[in-house]
Amino acid sequence: MSATRIDCDIHPAVGGTRTTLLPYLDDHWKEQVVSRAIDGLDLNSYPPNMPLSGRADWRPANGKPGSDLAMVQRGAFDQLGASHAICNVLYGAQAVFDSYMAAAFCKAINDWIAAEWLSRDPRLRASIVVPMQAPDLAVEEIERRAGDNRFVSVLVLAQGESLLGRRHYWPVYQAAEKHRLPIAVHAGSQYRGAPSSIGWPSYRYEYYLAEAQAFQAQVLSLIYEGVFLKYPGLKVVLMESGVSWLPAFMWRANKTWRGVRVEVPWIDREPAAIMRDHIRLTTQPFDAPPDAAGVADIIDMIGSDKMFLFASDYPHWQFDGDDAIPPHLPASIVSRMCADNPLETFPRLALAA
Amino acid sequence: MSDVIDRPLLEQEKTAKARLRIIDCDVHPSLHAHADLNQFLPKRWQQHLKTYGSHLRTPYIGTTPYPRSSPLIARRDAWPPTGGPPGSDLAFMQKQHLDPLDIEFGILQVLDLFIFSQQNLEFGAAIQRAINEWQLAYWSDREPRLKASILAGQDDTEAAIAEIDRCAKIGRYVQINVCPRANEPLGRRRYWPIFARAQELDLPLGIHVGGYGGHAPTGGGWPSYYIEEHQSNAHSVAAQLSSLVIEGVLERFPRLRIVFIEGGLGWIPATTWRMDQHFERFRDEVPHLKRRPSEYVKEHFWFTTQPIDEPDEAKHLRSLIEWIGIDRMLFSSDYPHWDFDDPRFAIKTPLTEAERAKIFNGNARALYKL
Repeated sequence: MSATRIDCDIHPAVGGTRTTLLPYLDDHWKEQVVSRAIDGLDLNSYPPNMPLSGRADWRPANGKPGSDLAMVQRGAFDQLGASHAICNVLYGAQAVFDSYMAAAFCKAINDWIAAEWLSRDPRLRASIVVPMQAPDLAVEEIERRAGDNRFVSVLVLAQGESLLGRRHYWPVYQAAEKHRLPIAVHAGSQYRGAPSSIGWPSYRYEYYLAEAQAFQAQVLSLIYEGVFLKYPGLKVVLMESGVSWLPAFMWRANKTWRGVRVEVPWIDREPAAIMRDHIRLTTQPFDAPPDAAGVADIIDMIGSDKMFLFASDYPHWQFDGDDAIPPHLPASIVSRMCADNPLETFPRLALAA
Repeated sequence: MSDVIDRPLLEQEKTAKARLRIIDCDVHPSLHAHADLNQFLPKRWQQHLKTYGSHLRTPYIGTTPYPRSSPLIARRDAWPPTGGPPGSDLAFMQKQHLDPLDIEFGILQVLDLFIFSQQNLEFGAAIQRAINEWQLAYWSDREPRLKASILAGQDDTEAAIAEIDRCAKIGRYVQINVCPRANEPLGRRRYWPIFARAQELDLPLGIHVGGYGGHAPTGGGWPSYYIEEHQSNAHSVAAQLSSLVIEGVLERFPRLRIVFIEGGLGWIPATTWRMDQHFERFRDEVPHLKRRPSEYVKEHFWFTTQPIDEPDEAKHLRSLIEWIGIDRMLFSSDYPHWDFDDPRFAIKTPLTEAERAKIFNGNARALYKL
């Protein structure tokens, strides 16, 4: 492997609760999932057969896209040229209503990814899947994994039960900061509420578009609730969020803050400055203007070369061909986003596995 | 005391002919008191209003769910000396806003009693009619510069259409207003009869931010602060733009013209790029779309400018404006609300005189046929 190129967002797939995860469940949950047929928890945000959920050449003959380690290795490493990759498992454990069940499934997912992926390929790292439904149990899961440096972040969904800045989540951030784990907020919904204030849309296409606004709401929530004041070492990575909404979102946040900052007097600097310090984004999908000048403008407006993290979003179908770096990105951004920025954002990447 | 900052007239502005007068596409008149509506409201509904009140999907009777940054969201200097809430006194509105800023036309946007979100649909229909009559009697009749919008409570589509037809016969209304936080996304078919009528009557469909559709203001849930809720207005309109495009409304109604009001501008290019970016991937799901989403946006949508974006660098605002297209922008002030934009200072990037003429006057004149 030549240069360091860290792919910050790939998706190994869980086959099912009664298959993939069964060996990793305790006797109680083994019995439960078998006798009650608790299975089929693929997130509604990513139906496996939907084109976006798997590029044609990354679909195994059998099973879901991302379910075959050898195929993932060929795609993410050989074809796309990553030196390392961070596994973000999107399976329904995060959406389960029963907190105990959610915690058991999250634990099983983390045990499974450690045993069957991380242990089989030293280039792989993973995010800790946690039950945000019960922050105390999420903290327990973080503590359980903290000694394993192959876990480099904490994974949560962009649309959960409540906005991520709310105080009941703070113990999770305390644990994350302590163990130098950024919070990876990934596209996806628990389907507790409509994907936007306008209600439930007709098409999955609209759902996917609406994720961008959910990410924006999460950023504002984390900032204005004061999470980054309480946990100054915490970073939040927006994964599969899209990118081009960021500049105008920053302007609007700054302007609104100038108008009504009296409401949040603890925020004593522009929210865009807080974003540049604490928020990171992965670069697929890159929903930018089609021309190089437009991309240059967007990058100039964002005003930071530290915010971008290389990601392919494998096996999601965000681009064709072998180059996961979006077109027209200036060299200064590309050179930082593949290694420097991921290493700064996920400090545990630099630790011995 | 007036807050109007005097600016000397430029040489070329001294003749009325060369002077660029302003069309303000978002002016908020207010009821002085609910009793203003009595002359337009059947006794039964007067009594209902008194006894049961306005029923919206919000926790409080007497105020908004998120306490705003100022009383009635208003500029502190906009309270009429005669008493009553900001926006309720025509003479004061003329003196403070219409005259000194040389407003040629103002498009009225009524938020009182939020008819679009009333849970009792029959009450909503009665109020919508009363407010539509009140707009003419209290405002347009007395001040011909002020143009009324037909409030059409979208969730009782039948009543909305009857009201649109009643108002269209009178012929003095310049657009049909529905709400961006309706019971369902506006692109869904239940609302298509309203779009059919708008196209038939050749009236723009106005969508002013706000309302209470029963869903959290954001896709991530209920925020804690007004500062979050305020910015989420841009989320609602972005989602509605997607809904109207992706449901195929513009394929079905190819002459429909839609105006987003008080959504601001910044979100538009990114929302459009994002739709285009993922179009190929989802094309199978939406075979009714014959063109790329951006093409529908370019042809069918207009956007009012307030709250105008304020990037640190003027050139960035210039890029934003070019991405959206000068022809799609309509100046709006949001008078008398606190986040009012003053037409003399709001757009902080160089514009040519021809561009200014379009944004501040020509685009709205053509769209609303003024």
